[in-house]
Amino acid sequence: MSNQNLPDARGHFGPYGGRFVAETLMEPLRQLEEAYNRLKTDSAFRAELDRDLAYYVGRPSPLYPAERLTKIWGGAQIYLKREDLNHTGAHKINNTVGQALLAKHLGKTRIIAETGAGQHGVASATVAARLGLKCVVFMGSDDIERQSPNVYRMKLLGAEVRPVTSGTRTLKDAMNEALRDWVTNVDDTFYIIGTVAGPHPYPMLVRDFNAVVGREVIKQSQDLFGRLPDALVACVGGGSNAIGLFHPLLSYPSVKMYGVEAGGLGIATGQHAAPLSAGKPGVLHGNRTYIMEDENGQILGTHSISAGLDYPGVGPEHSWLKDSGRVSYVSVTDDEALAAFHELTRIEGIIPALESAHAVAYGKKLAPQMRRDEAMVINISGRGDKDIFTIAKREGIELLK
Amino acid sequence: MSRIKGVFDSLRAGGRKALVPYITAGDPHPKHTVALMHALVKGGADVIEVGVPFSDPMADGPVIQLACERALVHGTSLWQVLEMVAEFRTTNNTTPVVLMGYLNPIEARGFEAFAKRAGQAGVDGVLVVDLAVEEAPEIAPIFRAAGLDCIFLLAPTSSAARIAAIAEQASGYLYYVSLKGVTGAATLDIGSVEAKLAEIRQHTKLPVAVGFGIRDAESAAKVGRVADAVVVGSALVSQIEKHQNEPAVLPGLLTQQLGAIRAALDKL
Repeated sequence: MSNQNLPDARGHFGPYGGRFVAETLMEPLRQLEEAYNRLKTDSAFRAELDRDLAYYVGRPSPLYPAERLTKIWGGAQIYLKREDLNHTGAHKINNTVGQALLAKHLGKTRIIAETGAGQHGVASATVAARLGLKCVVFMGSDDIERQSPNVYRMKLLGAEVRPVTSGTRTLKDAMNEALRDWVTNVDDTFYIIGTVAGPHPYPMLVRDFNAVVGREVIKQSQDLFGRLPDALVACVGGGSNAIGLFHPLLSYPSVKMYGVEAGGLGIATGQHAAPLSAGKPGVLHGNRTYIMEDENGQILGTHSISAGLDYPGVGPEHSWLKDSGRVSYVSVTDDEALAAFHELTRIEGIIPALESAHAVAYGKKLAPQMRRDEAMVINISGRGDKDIFTIAKREGIELLK
Repeated sequence: MSRIKGVFDSLRAGGRKALVPYITAGDPHPKHTVALMHALVKGGADVIEVGVPFSDPMADGPVIQLACERALVHGTSLWQVLEMVAEFRTTNNTTPVVLMGYLNPIEARGFEAFAKRAGQAGVDGVLVVDLAVEEAPEIAPIFRAAGLDCIFLLAPTSSAARIAAIAEQASGYLYYVSLKGVTGAATLDIGSVEAKLAEIRQHTKLPVAVGFGIRDAESAAKVGRVADAVVVGSALVSQIEKHQNEPAVLPGLLTQQLGAIRAALDKL
């Protein structure tokens, strides 16, 4: 089976993916899958989605030729896919707009979401506000502390932000709590999962809603330089922005792809969030995929400077793409990401999210290994305004008393 | 014949209901678990469900989440849980023991290795909360080959087609989740439980246990009127949580607590 035809009917990407949840959720997941399969080819649904993407999200996002970076890095021509310019400041809105339309068509009145950095929470709260739906966002209490601007933004949008104090108090625990809420309120509630993880059909539908990014890149590359790019680079936490960029281009073998995981303090220290680089296959949050676990199968705590990458699992399709060799998965450290954050900000006047800065950091390593007539697209998955407090604190600057 | 089938057959012959308590292994400390299992038998347990602690128990409410955290602080592992069951078996060769937990700790050790060791330790059945019947065909036969019953969950949301598919793969008993929610939830609607059990029984002759939301003699009696077995978990685990720093009193308290439920069931 070719990469683009996955998942199979059971939601599997090779040995990965599937539907590993308690029985109560199996029928709701089947209903969601059925509704999605019906609506995705429904012309009225497609038209509504396209209209929202154009006039609400602000698509297409530009593919920006970064001429100064290209000159300084000294290799491939660098293009930045500007998902940071979307409404709410990240790629996350592509998916929440789509899932909110599904929720509407299914007659659900309440939306729940998990969030790490808060970008998906903000994107969910935004679409809920627009559709007049009740919205509850689950967020680890540690993340609430390091992403306070986004917490306030969600509250302004009318969402309830529910702190999660169990486990490691980060994204994985927020996802556990959202699943517990969903199992309890399954009749009226739609769970908008923010990444390409979770039980089938979520990895598929979150991918499909984000694939607009890769489709635009195909067209924009033709317009800008008359062919497809030679390399794609995107950060991978759960992996939604990366799969959105990669998926439409998987069948073009000349396009090399690089998924950049959070190396934290360094892979050797164990203080990272890089399951594809240093984990092994297991089952977490309803799917089989690479995870970070100890020898007893307990999920390990993760570390990354970026809350949005701080997750011990990864979307099952990425696990499949790793094993099949189609995509290379690499990692960069907190320090490298931070340096890239500053470099992009100073050289191009674009403040990237710390998540996206991981992709920039790897792009810098890769560019000099490529020829000047080759083109690299880096996905700037989100903007960095939300991170300025984290960065200032790390650099010993007090922004607000 | 499996221990589980034997117990249910003889209960059915005597017109009695099975009482199935749950505790998390290693809570409050691994050294107490075997004594607590014996205390449950003394209180009238027919089958014991022993929870294998997991870091991310997504189907459990706060009470069992905290029990997992207490057990994991002391490093309670799957292999240790099997050692506890083996120790329990040195003095009890009759009460069936079912391991309840999540897939990943088992997968991490390997399904074959686990099944073999579990069979040798004297485990009778396995209930993997996040192993849906669709994903079971590659895994359940390995368990069955080692003599372990595969116990599956049924839920208020299970369709007739799903009930039939699950009944076909299950052995030992079926575990009906009485409500939409996590373990330890408060609301139990006995009318809807009764209706769903009637639907389930059209598809299976296996005994049906009902769990989630049963906390005392009164709720157990209500469920016991319609189910073959009553599962009590969070109510016992709350007791363990409350007295975690005085473990010496726990066996007596659990025996007493379960005994009250036993008495109510035996009056039915």
